[in-house]
Amino acid sequence: MGKRVLITGLATFWGGLLAQALEHDPEVDVIVGLDTREPTIELERTEYVRTDENYSILSRIVRAARIDTIVHTFLVVDSTQMRAKTMHEINVIGTMNLFAAASAAGSTVRDVVVKSSSYVYGTAIEDPVWFTEEMTRSHPPRRRVERSLDAVEGYVRDFAIDNPHVNVTMLRFSNVLGPDIVTPVSRALELPLVPKILGYDPRFQFVHEDDVVRSILFVLANQLPGIYNVAGDGLLPWTEVARIAGKRTIALPPVGTAYAAVPLKLLGTELPDELLDLLRYGRGIDNRRLKEAGFRYQYTSAGAVKAFVEALRLRSTVGTSEPTYRYAADVEQFFRHSPAVTRDAD
Amino acid sequence: MAETMERLQDVRALAEDTLAPVGFADAEPVDADALALAAELALDEAAAAGHAALVPVPKSDTTAPTLDDPRQSDVDEWGRSERMRELARKIYEPLYKNWFRAEWEGLEKIPEHGGALLVANHAGAVPSDAPVIMHGIESELGRPVYGLADQLFKSLPVVGVMWSRVGGVVAHPDNAYRLLREQEQLVLVFPEGSKGPGKHYSQRYRLRRFGRGGFVEIAMRAGVPVIPIAVVGAEESMPIVWKSTAAAKLMGLPYFPVTANQLMFGPLLGGLMYFPAKIKLRVLDPVHFDVAPDQHRYSKSRIMDESERIREKIQEALYDMLRDRRSVWFG
Repeated sequence: MGKRVLITGLATFWGGLLAQALEHDPEVDVIVGLDTREPTIELERTEYVRTDENYSILSRIVRAARIDTIVHTFLVVDSTQMRAKTMHEINVIGTMNLFAAASAAGSTVRDVVVKSSSYVYGTAIEDPVWFTEEMTRSHPPRRRVERSLDAVEGYVRDFAIDNPHVNVTMLRFSNVLGPDIVTPVSRALELPLVPKILGYDPRFQFVHEDDVVRSILFVLANQLPGIYNVAGDGLLPWTEVARIAGKRTIALPPVGTAYAAVPLKLLGTELPDELLDLLRYGRGIDNRRLKEAGFRYQYTSAGAVKAFVEALRLRSTVGTSEPTYRYAADVEQFFRHSPAVTRDAD
Repeated sequence: MAETMERLQDVRALAEDTLAPVGFADAEPVDADALALAAELALDEAAAAGHAALVPVPKSDTTAPTLDDPRQSDVDEWGRSERMRELARKIYEPLYKNWFRAEWEGLEKIPEHGGALLVANHAGAVPSDAPVIMHGIESELGRPVYGLADQLFKSLPVVGVMWSRVGGVVAHPDNAYRLLREQEQLVLVFPEGSKGPGKHYSQRYRLRRFGRGGFVEIAMRAGVPVIPIAVVGAEESMPIVWKSTAAAKLMGLPYFPVTANQLMFGPLLGGLMYFPAKIKLRVLDPVHFDVAPDQHRYSKSRIMDESERIREKIQEALYDMLRDRRSVWFG
């Protein structure tokens, strides 16, 4: 019997990529994707279900589709993309309802993978160079995205304690770079002059977007309960990141940095507070636990930066291609369920 | 969280045992053939779609290919850059050789390989002992020394980056453990902390409390010896003649000194100009702890005893060296 997977946030970057990858896995029988918006990439056999952001119909879907695996990718880490309230609804209330549904009586859920972020470790001056999974942050979270993710991890922890028969895996990703993903860091690196804070040159760690998807598939295939950091090897100074990108830097003052970053925000490149913190002290997370479980990275931190930069150069030459795919419910229905469509006999 | 997760694994293993006969065990490892097939399929698809294959690597794959790592600087994970360090040594060499005329005794006791925790007395308003020790060992033994220090340095713009590039690391137990146990490096620490350099000139060569013995615990956990070093001369290179507690509090500094150098050269230049005191360093016998490394905890009283013993050794060595010293300037 194959897996029956539910993906939250199908229209998000990660949800879509993951559904695409899972469609190639013959071990996976059913893929159901939830989102408030329609999928943005073409999917062959994933079933899309429109929900509100706090998943009120979720327990019915879990029961009806006999879902055994939940991949929770609908977590907002980029705080520049929405208001605090919306982020709270998606991250905290969404996770709460997701786990309420997954732990309802008669639930068939056996595996849960949550895509968290290394922002839960915070950034502080007294931090160790490397955070391992057991370590906690030095100060209580102040930034809203960090508070939000902290609350999410609290629900994951509670769910794991209350449901000892479920494999709960929490992956904490460091800053992601790659050819396609857009984050506050990638936007900052696309500026003609890369912002830095005067007198600081913290060390950054990156993970390539392919390694993100591969790591989620890896834990799904190998069932590894617990927390795992996911990040490329190596820490590199921010000025070196800019150098790999072939950019010069522009220094923001060390005092009143947030105010100095306001003009950038008005120009469309917001540097959120949590990134300004990173630009001061940086952060490293120890990736050895996942490696010991057998995972092989394809990119180092510097390799991820290089891949991003190469894609950037390509785009600047050939331009961005507008996605041609538009989700149309009746067309998708036709291809999935009409008897007129011939499918491979299996 | 980690603890609960670990407990959870135990509980889960138990649950699996009891539930397995009922056909619950989905936990079989992935079929290798199916994976290979999936990989092939994904590759075909990827070729069509222009994407990289996104299929999990099977667990049996032990050949870790060396990844492309297009670094452009030699800054290591701790922030140290050998190139910057080399430059710093070049600049510091005249100061080391001609100004302080540093002189070592027992340098051969510092190992050429393997981790060791170097422990020394700390003195002078802007301590001159740390760069002398690091410079001396690096140029004589040709191996790097990482200096553990208060996070205060890291918070200062420019200074923090420079400090980090020349081998400064925030004194966090986990940083020290990795440097000593996993990377077998030499690590320098001043257990007196800021109490050493912050003391009045009248208190010179009287060692302060050695913290709470954290350095002994780290050395025990990392399974490395502690190598005590006694330094004479740093005290006189920048003596504190007056201290302001109020100003220190106001500026959030551990101490706010007025030095003899400042009285002589002015407040700013005096912060940079050392007196040409002769610096002598004596490496004492390495202290090995007869305990197993990697323990969860070590006896607190044992730690305090060892810490006190090392403190006394350095103190005795200092008095011994001072007995031999004829002149502050010429040794």
